[in-house]
Amino acid sequence: MPSYLFWLFTTIMLIGACAVIAFRNPVSSALAMVTSFVGLAALFIGLSAFFVGVIQILVYSGAVMVLFLFIIMLLDLKDEKKRSSNAAPLFAGIALVGAFFIQLIGVLSNNLSNQIAPKLDAEALAAAAGNYEKSPKIAEALMSGKLPDIHLIGHTLFTEYNFPLQILGVLLLVATVGVVVLSKKQTA
Amino acid sequence: MPSLNDYLLVSGLLFSIGLAGVVLRRNIIIVFMCLELMLSAANLTLIAFSRFKTVDGLPDYDGQMLVFFVITVAAAEVAVGLAIIVALYRARQTIHTDELVALKG
Repeated sequence: MPSYLFWLFTTIMLIGACAVIAFRNPVSSALAMVTSFVGLAALFIGLSAFFVGVIQILVYSGAVMVLFLFIIMLLDLKDEKKRSSNAAPLFAGIALVGAFFIQLIGVLSNNLSNQIAPKLDAEALAAAAGNYEKSPKIAEALMSGKLPDIHLIGHTLFTEYNFPLQILGVLLLVATVGVVVLSKKQTA
Repeated sequence: MPSLNDYLLVSGLLFSIGLAGVVLRRNIIIVFMCLELMLSAANLTLIAFSRFKTVDGLPDYDGQMLVFFVITVAAAEVAVGLAIIVALYRARQTIHTDELVALKG
């Protein structure tokens, strides 16, 4: 990904994130969150993680934002009224975040990891095709110089990560049952 | 070409903004959105590392698997969390963290 695109999407993402905190109206915050996530998905796609980028947009801009908006409208919230803001939490918040960020810059300022992404050109991909003799579709795509992102993710997910995938299914079932139990009106 | 450091710095910034939101805001729904931002910042780190550390010439798909799982868990967490918020609103008629002091010692 060229540098200017990186900084463009980064700016979109960070401005969206700041807007989530800055807006008083929760609906505006939810929309700002989606802006932020669209920028993030663009960064993912720039890192050649196409599938994750698309999933990010589908799950967050599609499902999660609708859920947030639905709950905001269900609760019929007023705009947050200007309350006499307590100085202590504000100071604590800024100090905490500032300390974290300074620490981060300290860690990143050594040039050890200042590397450029390894090339993913046709030669490198064709060289990787040898490892996928058992799955001809992946090998074929790699030989022709394309990155079969979804095939590779599916391959990894259903071979190496099969057990965690099933656990995840159980987790989603538990979440579904939990939501139904929580939102049922309690009868005395 | 942005380097690995750039991605990590941006991800740290996003995480910091999310953390600031969790500490500063009083509306529990917005605290929740900021939690999502923090999870996404972690995802950005994972994807960046997966791209910059190639295995046999391809991106390291283990990192992307972890992102996949994080997104799923985050979606489940949002569903359950919002159900809890609805139940809370039903019981207390407020979702401001200042006014929820029943567990305060």
